[in-house]
Formats: sequence, structure tokens, C-alpha cells
Amino acid sequence: MASMIEVQGVSKSYWRDSFEIPVLNNITLAVPEGEFLALMGPSGSGKTTLLNLIAGIDRPNKGSIVVSGTNIASLGESQLAKWRSTHVGFIFQFYNLLPVLTAFENVELPLLLTSLSKKERREHVEAALTVVGLTDRMHHYPKQLSGGQEQRVAIARAIATDPTILVADEPTGDLDKNSAEEILTLLGRLNKEYKKTIVMVTHDPRAAERAHTSRHLDKGELQ
Amino acid sequence: MKVFKLMFKNALRHKLRTFLTILGISIAVVAFGFLRTVVTAWYAGVEMSAANRLVTRNSISFIFPLPYAYRDRIARIPGVETVSYANWFGGVYIDKSQFFPRMAVDAETIFEVYPEFIVPPDQLEAFKKERNACVMGADLAQQYGFKIGDVIPIEGDIYPGKWEFVVRAIYQPRDKTVDGTQFYFHWEYVDERMKQEMPGREGDVGWYIIKINDPNQSATISEQVDNLFKNSRAETKTETERAFQEGFIQGTSLIITLLNFISFVIIGIILLVLGNTMIMSARERTKEYAVLKTIGFSGKHLLGLIAGESLVISALGGALGLLLTYPLVGVFSIAVPKSWFPVFYVEPTTLVMAGLSALVVGIVASLFPVQRALRTSIVDGLRFVG
Repeated sequence: MASMIEVQGVSKSYWRDSFEIPVLNNITLAVPEGEFLALMGPSGSGKTTLLNLIAGIDRPNKGSIVVSGTNIASLGESQLAKWRSTHVGFIFQFYNLLPVLTAFENVELPLLLTSLSKKERREHVEAALTVVGLTDRMHHYPKQLSGGQEQRVAIARAIATDPTILVADEPTGDLDKNSAEEILTLLGRLNKEYKKTIVMVTHDPRAAERAHTSRHLDKGELQ
Repeated sequence: MKVFKLMFKNALRHKLRTFLTILGISIAVVAFGFLRTVVTAWYAGVEMSAANRLVTRNSISFIFPLPYAYRDRIARIPGVETVSYANWFGGVYIDKSQFFPRMAVDAETIFEVYPEFIVPPDQLEAFKKERNACVMGADLAQQYGFKIGDVIPIEGDIYPGKWEFVVRAIYQPRDKTVDGTQFYFHWEYVDERMKQEMPGREGDVGWYIIKINDPNQSATISEQVDNLFKNSRAETKTETERAFQEGFIQGTSLIITLLNFISFVIIGIILLVLGNTMIMSARERTKEYAVLKTIGFSGKHLLGLIAGESLVISALGGALGLLLTYPLVGVFSIAVPKSWFPVFYVEPTTLVMAGLSALVVGIVASLFPVQRALRTSIVDGLRFVG
């Protein structure tokens, strides 16, 4: 199967004051299309950094990252922003919904960047909320939803534009066991039924079990 | 949902803070508008000046008179259409606090040179016919409740004695930029009494008002008038009415400068109030901006969101301030004797300046938060703990 994501010789370090802190060291990784990959590792191992690089919200110091045929390391800021809007759906640990917007409006946010009409946007939003099972809560604000429901809205927002890949950073990290199960089941469905390529960072071995493949990072190196 | 909606929702996220900011801006705009109105009122005489009017006065000082005999000689200069004249009368009505300008004028010509004072023809005729008749502006008549036929007693000071003037005409200012508080009576009436009671003071004219055919000839005609009386016992200084009026307010230029300065300090205060609100708001939303960027929103979108929010707040504050400026100026113009500020109204330019200031402040106040939002990387933004 063709690789959806190809990470080749990627290194990344951060500067804190005058100290260079190496985070990733010469990472090479290939993720096939339709894969559900779990990235595991202890805190500080660089898994979130690798996820950010794959999602195009950070840039490597060295190496290349090709997602769906595009070398995203070579894109300018605005090109990268446009690329993210069409190719990446991001799911955060703490949901990161905008509190002043309803569930519907939060899901609609990424669609505002498209050329879809209002009617088409509404259809997309309702479809995404149907997938996550929250059509009855579309006019609720985040504070009126439980943690699990908020994360489902966040997933609906991530899939609303029908992106090429879904990246999830500890998507169950802030949830109780039952809600976490629901979210993992939902991610599994998105992978299986909607053929979404998913890269998920997690600490939780039970979450990792739901993925097809698990890779471990330790001290910036892929095991 | 449009991005505008998000902008408005953001602006109203902290309702109390936004309300207080809008209130702060509106108070500052009211203060700005009011001060500008005072400055405008101060310059009203200058702004009222007509380009085709010259004023000739004694070259030594305004307080020294000119001979009445100059009138015909000035009138013979080519390009001069009408020559009128006036004396500052002074005097006291009731007590010294009841001030309004009182002037002895040439009844035949004064309204020819001041067409902006509109007198009904029958009243003008009545005024011209009666030696001790007077004409006053409608604002003055309204302020004191004067009406046609009333007798106004004035205690003279520059022209000693008891004087009585009968109201025979009330003029209407052509528009709100024209002074409606003037009080005119016959120069001849005053001159006759001077002849009888204070010989030697007859035939004195305070200044001449010269209406010319072509405003472009004002410099030439002024020079011709002054040359005419060079080396005489009363040399003249002729200038445009505007320059003449400016000479009056020159002594108060420091106050005007100070008022202007304060009005612009107020703009600075608005900037600080709104800037503070926007910095706090943008800082609180650092993570949200990072999320928006992650989703694909560009720098331009964030610029629109933050600057738009700032503009919404400043525009609301500005609009409220402008709305409140009108009643304040109205109350002030009622409370203060009309003769202090004969022309006191909110000028369109004041509205434009106040409105534009609020908008410029809205944009400037957003610059720092916008720059911060754009400079913060997505990764740092997502890690931000406010």
C-alpha cells in the first residue's frame, strides 16, 4: 500500500534561552494510507513534536515530511495554513473548542475557509455531527456539554472538511474510562468505515491497542 | 456563521469589560467633541468672515477712532462697493454680567455689508426711520425675552449717560454659523449726543467695514486705503475681515492651543483604554488563536478577527460618544449666556474628527495584540496557559 505519510531523516530541536534542546533525532517513518498508528512513549520523548511536524504546525530542522505527495517542509506559512485546512483534521487532548460558539458553529469553523455555500456548509456540519452522534446537541455551547461530548464535537470539527489525515494528541487523556472508550470506538469507525489515516499520540496502552500499529519513541528516537 | 459573527461574539465575551471600555471611549469622545466645539466656537468670528469684506481701523490701535470724513474717500476707491462703519459702544444693561455686544452702526449700510443678518424689510424700514431704534439678533431677543417695541435702557460708560433704545427690528442669522446676539443702533444718534454733551468726540468712527466687488482685490484695495491716509493724524490699517477677527483671538491662542492639546491627549487616553482591553483579550485567547491557525486560519484572518473586534468596540464607543455629545452641547449652550459663545454647535468636522479618531484608535489598539498573535507559533500557542 502507498505511504500516506513519509517522514525521512527528520530532526528537531528547540532553543530555550541559549540552550539547544534536541527533541527528535533522525526520525524515519512511513504511514500507509488508511493506517491507524499510535505513537507512544514517555513524557518528553518527542511524540507530540513528531505529530505536530506531520500535521504541519511545526517545521523540522532537518529532513523531509511528505504527506499525500506534498513535501510540507517546503511550503510557506500561508501555503501551509491552506494545506492544513484541507488535509489535516486535528484532535486535541483538551478539545479546544471555542467557548463562544455552539457545537454547530465550532464544527463549521474550518468550513468557513472553503468556498462552500451556507447550505452546503450546513449539510457538512450536520453530516459530521451525525457521524459523532451529536445532532441533538448542535446548538449547545461547549460549557453545556460533557467532556466526552466536547471531544466528539472536536472530532466532528476535525472531519468536517473530509481531511486526508487525522492527527490526535492524547484524545482520551482528559476523559473518564467510558468516554475514552466512546472516543476510541469513534476513531476506529472513522478509520474503518471512512478510511481515514489516523496518527494518534497516547500514553494509554489500552488506547494504543485500538490502533493497527504502535510505534514507541524514546529520547527523540523511534524504537 | 461568518467570521464577523465570531468577531462580535468575541467582543461581547466579557460583557462588563467590553461595556466599561465602550463607556470609557464614549466619555472620551464626548470630552473630545465638546472641547473641539469650544475651540470651534472660539473661532466662530473668524469662520463667519466674508472674503469680500475688509476692515479699516486706526493703525495704532483698535481703541483709537478714525474720522468720519474717511468714509467718502474710501468709497471713491475703485472696487469698493459699500462702506459702512461702527463704534464699540459698551455700556451696561442691568449689570455688568449681562454682556452682549452693543454697537453704534450706520443704519443705512450695515445690513448691506452683513447680508447674513436677515431683517424683515418692514422692520428694517422702521429701524432706519427712528433715531433711537435698535435691531438685535433673534438669539439675544430670545435670551432676554425682548420683542418689537420694547425699550432697552443702557447705562453708558464709553459714551456716558443714560441711553434708551427702542427695539424696531429683530434679525435672523442666515444659518447656525452666524452670530445671533448682535445689538445695533444708529451711529448718528450717538454722534448727535456726543456733539451736544462731549464736544470733540463727534465724528469718531471705530472702524470701517468695506464691501468690495472682487475678493481677489482685497490686498490691493487694502493698500490703497492705507496709502490714502498715510502721514495723516489717523493712519489706517486695513485688512481682511478674517485677519481682523484673528487679531482679536490672538491673545487667547495659548488657551486654544491648550484646549487642542487636551483634546488630543483624550485620544491618547482612548487608545490606552482600548489597547489595554485588546491586549488582555488577545492574551486570554492565545490558545484559541493557535487552534484557529491549526485549523487553517491565516494571519490575515487573525488580523481581521482582532482588529475587527477592536474596531467594533471603538465604533460602538465612538457612536455612543457622538450621540451623547449633542445633548451635552445643547445643555451647555442653554446654561451659558448666548453672548459668551454666540455660535455654539457641533460642527460636522468635529463629528468626522471624533469618529475617525475612534476608528484610528480601534486599528492602532489592535496592532500589538495582532503582532503578538501572529508571532506566537502554533506550538507555543497551544502550550499557553493563561
